[in-house]
Amino acid sequence: MEGLAVHGLHVAFGDREVLRGVELTVEMGSFVGLVGESGSGKSLTALTTLGLLPRGARVVGGSIFLDDEEIVGPGRDGTADVRGSGIAMIFQSPLAALNPLMRVGRQLERVLRRKGRTGKVEQRCIELFGAVGFQDPEQVVRLYPHELSGGMCQRVMIAMGIASEPRVLLADEPTSSLDVTVQADILDLLEELKARTGMGMLLISHDLSVVAERCSSISVMWQGSVVESGPTSDVLGSPRHPFTRQLVRDLSDESLAAQATHSDVTIVLNEASS
Amino acid sequence: MTALTGLGIDATQGGKPARPTASKAGRMAPVLHELRQHPNLAVGGTLLIVVTAIAIVGHIAPPHNPLAINPNDMTLAPSAAHWFGTDEYGRDVLSRVVYGLGIDLLIGAIVAGLALMIGSAFGLVTGYIGGWFDDIVMRVVDIVMSFPSFLLALTICVVLGNNARNVVIAVTIAYVPYMLRLTRSSVLTARSADYVLGARAVGASRGRVMALHVLPNAVGPTLVQATLMVGWAIFDVSGLSFLGVGIQPPSPELGVQVADGASYITSGQWWDSVFPGIAIVLTVLAVNFLGDYADEKLRGQRA
Repeated sequence: MEGLAVHGLHVAFGDREVLRGVELTVEMGSFVGLVGESGSGKSLTALTTLGLLPRGARVVGGSIFLDDEEIVGPGRDGTADVRGSGIAMIFQSPLAALNPLMRVGRQLERVLRRKGRTGKVEQRCIELFGAVGFQDPEQVVRLYPHELSGGMCQRVMIAMGIASEPRVLLADEPTSSLDVTVQADILDLLEELKARTGMGMLLISHDLSVVAERCSSISVMWQGSVVESGPTSDVLGSPRHPFTRQLVRDLSDESLAAQATHSDVTIVLNEASS
Repeated sequence: MTALTGLGIDATQGGKPARPTASKAGRMAPVLHELRQHPNLAVGGTLLIVVTAIAIVGHIAPPHNPLAINPNDMTLAPSAAHWFGTDEYGRDVLSRVVYGLGIDLLIGAIVAGLALMIGSAFGLVTGYIGGWFDDIVMRVVDIVMSFPSFLLALTICVVLGNNARNVVIAVTIAYVPYMLRLTRSSVLTARSADYVLGARAVGASRGRVMALHVLPNAVGPTLVQATLMVGWAIFDVSGLSFLGVGIQPPSPELGVQVADGASYITSGQWWDSVFPGIAIVLTVLAVNFLGDYADEKLRGQRA
């Protein structure tokens, strides 16, 4: 299979298992949503994929494959090679995820140079900033993160994520700290990039409405394992697991409430629930 | 992937932020404003510039040879010919003070610089890598820090022998643990910052993460400490020399001069000790004012 596959992944802090047999696939070209409460192990799954486990955590079982090649498994960590080029990740708080002391252009250059590009990377930086929607990329490369808004920082992060042309992009709550209109722009951008490059994309979110709107398939995590997954319409149409049912019920409650008042309120309510 | 550039994505976030532009005439205005806002910068900066200028001039062209013994002019009181008087060997105290100022400033800066480099390098590595390496280094640091730094420097000096190089080594050894600890503690904060995780997620190597992302964001407090450390170092070096285990006479190092003149104070020849003493105080004061200013700026930034 082309793309990312997680099989029976177990991760533990000491004796305490926090991931209990996670099953997840992100095929090339697909847009997969991973939803669940905070603490259910969504982010940890993504970090494990990149070999960026927090201190004290270790993989105790299962494997992760990228294009059928095992990158994480018992006693195996080949993630240093995949990081950036095979899989890249973008984070929730874009401002905090950029080095405050380095111009954003230079941070992007670093990624490009690591990818083996030598010589004129400046032009490529400007191209990439253009590709993520900056109208004046020549100016943006010279700015520091604090001179950019949250949405602009997230665009920079996305540019850094796609710079090394990864097979799979993991987006961990990429829009949770942004306001609603910017949220939509960023998600549009991600979808557009996915369609254009054919990479696989995993959207991690606690907001089911966002995932329901954008993703072709959904995996639901609950207490360290994926309890339900499948095409979006199937999962939301006939949820089997009690937790999924709860999520879907909350979602429709909000929609109903919103319809009763004003359509604009839907978004606000969804926002409030997150 | 190159086709990305051809994407016609709407740019809703691409607004150009306004950047402040300074006219040529107004370029000094922010500096003056800063000086008014921070008297310790004004006082410390002026004092340090004056002291350094005197030290440089004193090194190039002292009024008299600071080492020339003159039996005809022993212990003369301050006069037009010898502004600060002469010592018990007839050497001109003014010449010795301005010459010694250079020695102390230079040694202070070297010690602080060495302690900064060694301490922050070890602090960075031990804080970032952690684990058993961190445990071992920190226990060694604990042991070294359990000695008062001046006593430690004194002991090392006695063991190594008295000369300028060994004084620098001794005081640096005594100071490195403070720098190491401080750097390590800020590295521990910076290490878990999102941008470090972000850099790792897009594939930056460990060395690159440490050098480009962790150190620049962690080194602030250490730099402030280093400026203050110039002052401590001048105090400790002159203190060691005063006690006779540091730089040796006939060097015109300030602590040596204070010690030389100390025995004559009771008989009324105060100038031989007091002038070099004042020189030490003013230099340390200048450096401390600047250190305080740097500290204020750093805290202001954090708040």
